[in-house]
Amino acid sequence: MYCYCKKHHILELFIRFILIQNRAGKTRLAKWYMQFDDDEKQKLIEEVHAVVTVRDAKHTNFVEFRNFKIIYRRYAGLYFCICVDVTDNNLAYLEGIHNFVEVLNEYFHNVCELDLVFNFYKVYTVVDEMFLAGEIRETSQTKVLKQLLMLQSLE
Amino acid sequence: MPAVSKGDGMRGLAVFISDIRNCKSKEAEIKRINKELANIRSKFKGDKALDGYSKKKYVCKLLFIFLLGHDIDFGHMEAVNLLSSNKYTEKQIGYLFISVLVNSNSDLIRLINNAIKNDLASRNPTFMNLALHCIANVGSREMAEAFASEVPRILVAGDTMDSVKQSAALCLLRLYRSSPDLVPMGDWTARVVHLLNDQHLGVVTAATSLITTLAQKNPDDFKTSVSLAVARLSRIVSSASIDLQDYTYYFVAAPWLSVKLLRLLQCYPPPEDAALRGRLTECLETILNKAQEPPKSKKVQHSNAKNAVLFEAISLIIHHDSEPTLLVRACNQLGQFLQHRETNLRYLALESMCTLASSEFSHEAVKTHIETVINALKTERDVSVRQRAVDLLYAMCDRSNAKQIVAEMLSYLENADYSIREEIVLKVAILAEKYAVDYTWYVDTILNLIRIAGDYVSEEVWYRVIQIVINRDDVQGYAAKTVFEALQAPACHENLVKVGGYILGEFGNLIAGDPRSSPLVQFNLLHSKFHLCSVPTRALLLSAYIKFINLFPEVKGTIQDVLRSDSQLRNADVELQQRAVEYLRLSCVASTDILATVLEEMPPFPERESSILAKLKKKKGPGHLPDINDSRRNVNGNAEPSEKNEGSTHPFTDLLNLNSTPSTGSSLLVDVFSDTSTPASTDVSEENFSRWSNTVSLVLAKKSRRLLTVSIFLTKNCVLVNSRFVCKNNGVLYENHLLQIGLRSEYRQNLGRIYVFYGNKTSAQFLNFSSSVSSPDTLKLNVHCKAVDPILEGGAQIQQILNIECVSDFMDEPVLNIQFRHGGTLQNIAVKLPVMLNKFFQPTEMTSQDFFQRWKQLGAPQQEVQKIFKAKHPMDKDVTRAKIIGFGVALLDGVDPNSENFVGAGIIHTKSTQVGCLLRLEPNTQAQMYRLTLRTSRDTVSVRLCDLLSEQF
Repeated sequence: MYCYCKKHHILELFIRFILIQNRAGKTRLAKWYMQFDDDEKQKLIEEVHAVVTVRDAKHTNFVEFRNFKIIYRRYAGLYFCICVDVTDNNLAYLEGIHNFVEVLNEYFHNVCELDLVFNFYKVYTVVDEMFLAGEIRETSQTKVLKQLLMLQSLE
Repeated sequence: MPAVSKGDGMRGLAVFISDIRNCKSKEAEIKRINKELANIRSKFKGDKALDGYSKKKYVCKLLFIFLLGHDIDFGHMEAVNLLSSNKYTEKQIGYLFISVLVNSNSDLIRLINNAIKNDLASRNPTFMNLALHCIANVGSREMAEAFASEVPRILVAGDTMDSVKQSAALCLLRLYRSSPDLVPMGDWTARVVHLLNDQHLGVVTAATSLITTLAQKNPDDFKTSVSLAVARLSRIVSSASIDLQDYTYYFVAAPWLSVKLLRLLQCYPPPEDAALRGRLTECLETILNKAQEPPKSKKVQHSNAKNAVLFEAISLIIHHDSEPTLLVRACNQLGQFLQHRETNLRYLALESMCTLASSEFSHEAVKTHIETVINALKTERDVSVRQRAVDLLYAMCDRSNAKQIVAEMLSYLENADYSIREEIVLKVAILAEKYAVDYTWYVDTILNLIRIAGDYVSEEVWYRVIQIVINRDDVQGYAAKTVFEALQAPACHENLVKVGGYILGEFGNLIAGDPRSSPLVQFNLLHSKFHLCSVPTRALLLSAYIKFINLFPEVKGTIQDVLRSDSQLRNADVELQQRAVEYLRLSCVASTDILATVLEEMPPFPERESSILAKLKKKKGPGHLPDINDSRRNVNGNAEPSEKNEGSTHPFTDLLNLNSTPSTGSSLLVDVFSDTSTPASTDVSEENFSRWSNTVSLVLAKKSRRLLTVSIFLTKNCVLVNSRFVCKNNGVLYENHLLQIGLRSEYRQNLGRIYVFYGNKTSAQFLNFSSSVSSPDTLKLNVHCKAVDPILEGGAQIQQILNIECVSDFMDEPVLNIQFRHGGTLQNIAVKLPVMLNKFFQPTEMTSQDFFQRWKQLGAPQQEVQKIFKAKHPMDKDVTRAKIIGFGVALLDGVDPNSENFVGAGIIHTKSTQVGCLLRLEPNTQAQMYRLTLRTSRDTVSVRLCDLLSEQF
């Protein structure tokens, strides 16, 4: 039979976690798609902060991280980081982040860090609309915002 | 526009969050949180039933507190209650709390599952999605058991809303990932494949992810997805950018879906159907063409989205590896990116080209970019980009460009980041070996590596250069000359001393004709480095010295003087001391013939995969590195399958017990390699390496009969080490600046018990402390040891109990191997345990008449062993008595007519037999001599006991 998985470990291609952190290392969102215990999560959060904040604009938006890689993008004082398998598609996630940020921006009407703090429970809803089970669920901004508006109108 | 005001809906929550943010200190924050927790607790426990809004608010506050990093141990029940609310906002907070904190309280799982079940059956798409998202977020086994059959049903039901289908597809994917056994394939699979045709691209996106994962384990069930995926992809790439409306992102049509479809296609080989194949090729060409079109927008989002699809298409082209035109086009496209102003694109192009280099169709095309890649190595600011450049140079290397690439890597190494130096060293070493036409180039390259980055040259690398030099006689003279010259540098790296010591020890004679590198000059050069080196290197140099004695008889005296000096013979390190003692003795007692035999040139190593390659593979992990195994060449012709050699060390170790530690080698020739005090011992290469030692042992074992004569001299020296313990059972066995080992032993009949005490002399912990005993012959002597605690605190002592059983009479003592980590370095200590045959004595009292009767009975020539020797200690009668009693026999007074003589009797207990034993010691004070006579029923026992006891006086 044809050998499917030797070259690419496709089975393993999914988002391990999404983190939003500010420059000081405060977590504004942590979404885990793999089982980690609480200590491990804390360690990952600190490590990601350490590897991402030392990089500047001349660096790539990708950084090797343990056996994975982090795709990240900085918006003002916030770092949006996605951890994926090393063979996964960097640019698709880089734009996945931007797509997500544009949705947040529309939804919160010029989003700022404080919106994420005070509405943390709504940010989870936005994430679940766009990413689920470590996969991209919906990419259309129009569709996501329509759905969020509908949920907003519910009691 | 759906703008959200701060904390809208829950004023109390917003106030609480503001309070926390205004806290000036961590203490103030904790105080505020504790106040809130007390408040919430009292509300939950209060008599008044809370309304849904309050419950939601308090649960949300608890969640916020948890996310700040504080433990939450209540509120789970209230959260579960929210699940059955019929208000979305309350339900959502309930589900969120459960998703984030689920592990904390699993006994609620039944209640949670019940609520999920109700919501899934509600036909309310909002509630169904909340429930599905909860399952997808938690993904526990309990949930898989409860919903693995329900979710596929929802996914393929005709009346399910699109957004619910999206969630159901990914929810099922999560359950399959965590519990594949609970998600059996079924009728639904065919209908899932048809979701690729769905009108709603969000549904197609989610379904493609699900199918991609399922297809890898069940390729046949999802085969039909290939044609559907190609059709879908074709429609997307050929669409005008406005066709897909909502799914067009910065003028790129459905980029994420395209990427997913291209990935799904990588689960399968190229389609066999020609039409389908043609259509796919057309798609891929279109994607490549689009990369050449002028951009529709200057925004980076546009080019990123476009290139995400392009890189995935190139991955598929490489995966199929069947269309030369596409491969070369891909390579040219990547070549353009190598000089792009976007760092991201340069990085990705280098990475992607690395895989292209391994395809026969595009290897040559990749090679044309060599100058650009070398330039990247020199100019890129981001170390990860330079790293990719190194990877690509390695991948594109072949015979035609090896010299250039190796030279560039070496020159980069001088300024390379510390983080990637070791990897570059490994790569250079592998390329230099693989593409060496002329082995002088190889030797120069490796010595350069050591010069430039000595600290990063792992053992595998210098082992390998020695292995190759030994196996190729055309390079030996050159190697000797080159290391000799390299060693002239006032400060050379210790790894160079190792290589130099080894090579001059083997092949120094090839350059000894030149007076500038005469034997004495060579020796002085090596010895000038000796005192600056670590113990393993010094041990190796000592072996080189004994080899010099064989190669150059004219420097024998000089070397013996060195070996004889206090700093060698009384060295605090047992390994060095033992080598010095043994080598000195060997050089004194052995004839030139024997020396020449023992110290003969190393036999060629059996060819095997370079351990460097294994190390590099381990470093990078599989799938990341182009495989360069294909054309491994034999360095020497007589390759021997190494499996044959496994387990063959025993006869050799038995015959030639030169060394105190069986692991470090039964042979002074081998043990320069297997010094165990090196961090690499946890590496994969170690397995390879010990096999290497074994193999060499076998080669030497063929000569073992000749070596046997030598071993007799040397055995005596080994005994000396422990002779203090022949007549006593307690004391300090070993001590260095880190560790003290003390012993207390008890013996009864054929059984013994030793209490070993390990004392940590430092103030720091020893980590990974372990100690084990290896017995040279377990058929004769069994030692069981109980495991010790792996951590030995500073200043503390631990005890280990060893149980010993003597099965039959034996010669060699077992060896105690201790290993631990101190301040980051791995320490290995091996000492002989003082378990000798006489320990199993039981004293026997008997009358004079009985004694002489038995003496006569044991009169056969081979039963008696006699030795006359000079007294080494003052001839004190009381001390002698004490020693004989300590030896284990009963001291019989009034038996011998001459009262100056000592007579003793005892029985050696072994499991298989008992050996009666009589002895007589006759001192001659005038001549300062002793005569010792032993008679036992077994000749080997007589010899052994005589050896042991005669060393005591």
